[in-house]
Amino acid sequence: MGVEIKVDDLTKSFGKQLIWGDVSLTIPAGEICVMLGPSGTGKSVFLKTLIGLIKPDKGSILIEGTDIASCSEKDLYEIRKLFGVLFQDGAMFGSMNLYDNVAFPLREHTKKSESEVRDVVMEKMDLVGLVGAEDKLPGEISGGMRKRAGLARALVLDPEIVLFDEPDSGLDPVRTAFLNQLIVDLNAQIDATFLIVTHDINTARTVPDNIGLLYHRHLAMFGPREMLLSSEEPVVRQFLNAQKVGPIGMSEEKDADELAAEQGQELPPLPPIPMQLDPSNGIPRRTQRAPGEWCRDNGVTPPPGSFESSNAGLAPGA
Amino acid sequence: MSSLTASRALAPVGAAGKLFAFALDVGRALFRRPFQLREFLQQAWFIASVTIVPTALVAIPFGAVIALQVGGLIKQFGAQSFTGSASVLAVIQQAAPIGTALLIAGAGGSAIAADLGARKIREELDAMMVLGIDPIHRLVVPRVLACMLVAFFLNGMVSVVGVAGGYVFNVVLQDGTPGAYVASFTALAQLPDLWIGLFKAIVFGLIAAIVASYKGMNAGGGPKGVGDAVNESVVITFLLLFVANFVLSMIYLQIVPPKTG
Repeated sequence: MGVEIKVDDLTKSFGKQLIWGDVSLTIPAGEICVMLGPSGTGKSVFLKTLIGLIKPDKGSILIEGTDIASCSEKDLYEIRKLFGVLFQDGAMFGSMNLYDNVAFPLREHTKKSESEVRDVVMEKMDLVGLVGAEDKLPGEISGGMRKRAGLARALVLDPEIVLFDEPDSGLDPVRTAFLNQLIVDLNAQIDATFLIVTHDINTARTVPDNIGLLYHRHLAMFGPREMLLSSEEPVVRQFLNAQKVGPIGMSEEKDADELAAEQGQELPPLPPIPMQLDPSNGIPRRTQRAPGEWCRDNGVTPPPGSFESSNAGLAPGA
Repeated sequence: MSSLTASRALAPVGAAGKLFAFALDVGRALFRRPFQLREFLQQAWFIASVTIVPTALVAIPFGAVIALQVGGLIKQFGAQSFTGSASVLAVIQQAAPIGTALLIAGAGGSAIAADLGARKIREELDAMMVLGIDPIHRLVVPRVLACMLVAFFLNGMVSVVGVAGGYVFNVVLQDGTPGAYVASFTALAQLPDLWIGLFKAIVFGLIAAIVASYKGMNAGGGPKGVGDAVNESVVITFLLLFVANFVLSMIYLQIVPPKTG
């Protein structure tokens, strides 16, 4: 039914360069979360820290009572069986065809017979729409197919937590839309905890239950989708609406001169909050909240036109 | 500033320590079940296939040069009857393991470093760890064992080809007596010489595979990082091999008395 991830006071630096510090958040069980951030803010490092590929300098990551940041190598390999991870380029094993790639975790970790393996693999291949491509090598297929194959492999051990490292990078808008729909459908189906790392704001606006924003070496904000989309906080507002006006500059931070020049410049109004993406069968997910619920509960007036269509307020050209 | 120079001066110590720690990890994973037999056989076959022909081609001139050099020197001493023995000793004790090692490092090791390096930058190794599989156990151990096995057999091949090459050159070019060349084999050479040659080859195979795997698994920074890793692994392996050869030869010469008469 999904597992909660509790991150407390996490800090990581490479040499003297601080990547991010004091990151504390709780990723609720079974929900879809998106971690956003400008390029180079250590989103992928954060993801790799969550699975114990990178050791943080400080802090803890609690999953089912085990602290990933400090547990032994043996416990780490054990706890990783709860995870499915989709890497940026799919990270398929180049020497195996897609079928063997997807079957690999089953053959290594379970005592299933070849025919049982075949059933599971074909089920997952069907889920991501790759039936018929089992015999292809990863080098022979497109980036989008590699990602879907990587997703099939990530799902094969029925994970409780699925991490996506930039699922939409390098995909065209149509494929991105299909992949986002697939993510939502999957969550409805397997109820696992999903964390998506991306800088695609369309994904961030429509897919998740919660959004986090990494900026300037710290976690700027983490909370329900509607909270961030209706937020007036300059960084959050600038990033989620893809605007040039705000504290984020071309190279991480704007300098004082640039900020002074922007003083008094009128901020464009907040665009309407779009509807959350529904599963394709129309039945809401277990953790999905009714549109506008958070806003009503917290007395926030959403921008005019909110919750009227699923692509409301998309950034122009994005 | 002083701390900066200190850390810079100590950097090689850190690198050596990490390599050693990696070797210990490999040693520990060596005994973990299940043994990856399939990967081991594939790798052994692969390493053998990229090293056999170059090794044979290197062994012939190697044996010939030693035969010519030793033959010429020995003629000056007037001890032609020992030509065969001296060149056999040189080939089996030194030339064969070193020749084997250079090719294992140059052909096999570079292939291992490139393969693991490419897997590293494509995040395949990360993916493997996330799937709960230790790449050291799954990929490195079979490669290390395969390298040692192939080094062992290649050493045998270099010995045979080198001695045969030396024989041909001595008899054909230096007008040596075929019978005397063969008959003198056992005059100076003895069985432990063969053992130390084989032992050296296995150790060199181990070093080459460990360094190549370490460098490959720690490649970074995109395709250029893989190229650098391959380059560094070959250079470091060569350095280590010559040091190891020196140490092993010295110990051997100390504990095994030379054959007299």
